[in-house]
Amino acid sequence: MAFTNEQLERYSRHILLKEVGAKGQKKLLNGKVLIIGAGGLGAPIALYLAAAGVGAIGIADLDTVDLSNLQRQVIHTTADIGKAKVQSAKETMQAINPDVQVNTYQIYVNAASIMDLIQDYDFIIDGTDNFAAKFLINDACVLQKKPFSHAGILRFGGQLMTYVPGEGPCYRCVFREPPPPDAIPTCRQAGVVGAMGGVIGSLQAMEAIKFLIGKGDLLTGKLLTYDALTMEFRRIKLPGRKDCAVCGEHPSITEPFDYEVPACDLKAEGESHENSPEL
Amino acid sequence: MDIKIDENLDITDVVCPVTFVKTKVALDELDDGQILAVRLNDGEPVQNVPRSVKEEGHQILKLLHNDDGTYTLLVKKVDDE
Repeated sequence: MAFTNEQLERYSRHILLKEVGAKGQKKLLNGKVLIIGAGGLGAPIALYLAAAGVGAIGIADLDTVDLSNLQRQVIHTTADIGKAKVQSAKETMQAINPDVQVNTYQIYVNAASIMDLIQDYDFIIDGTDNFAAKFLINDACVLQKKPFSHAGILRFGGQLMTYVPGEGPCYRCVFREPPPPDAIPTCRQAGVVGAMGGVIGSLQAMEAIKFLIGKGDLLTGKLLTYDALTMEFRRIKLPGRKDCAVCGEHPSITEPFDYEVPACDLKAEGESHENSPEL
Repeated sequence: MDIKIDENLDITDVVCPVTFVKTKVALDELDDGQILAVRLNDGEPVQNVPRSVKEEGHQILKLLHNDDGTYTLLVKKVDDE
């Protein structure tokens, strides 16, 4: 595939980089990334991956755009209120870069749907807001040997890690089980600074780009945490667990399953699922 | 010394940074040791493109002054991967 003059100009800042070059940009254009959640994290991820020319981007979210989303979900505008988030996201992404094919999935991602959903993608990004979804995405990606980026944001904090099959622990190795209901507030209860989605979501987009071009070190076996109030990043080394229930030597989880989502997390009309109750 | 040119590129119709972007893309398409001849304008391109090519690890063989005021840069591709 040869670049058009327009592509050479659009992607010039990438092609100029030694680590990307024409080859890396072609890898991006041939890359397929799935973003689960079109909210606070999913918005910047989708914007940057579309702008970067990732060839096929899937985006999954059941919700519609709500006024309370717009403080952080920068891919949607006031005019999009009431529209399906995946549709609104797709329109913005294609307006930025018509090179990109956007696949929309207006579904609730659960044990019944996730295996088919992730199958065709090279890299999966968790931009969801609840533990049930995070464990589900982890288990499905481990079972299908798909690399993925996990992240969560709450108040002034955020965290992320990357799973690559065979190269480090999975999310379940580290966190084992969802916390008891109400042990940790959701963003809806606790709030979150909108820019937090920008910081952490952009880091997730960066992981996806590095994975696709095959350069640099990913956050495999490491959890990166960010505290905006103290302006501290910490990178914590994560041990793998041989007895992990999904990626260990004798896994007890052999197919994805759904945890019960706490009632307050269940989607009220027009509300969103984008933030994680993580930290 | 006779130099066998494997590929020609004209970047006199574009400006920075597309000048170098096009050169880089053309070099990416070549195999280790192949020679690219780049026709470029005087001024900014002739100041910057050879330097950028060198920074990428390729070997500059010659910079020839053409009669029409342009230059021809002969680059040998060095593939360090």
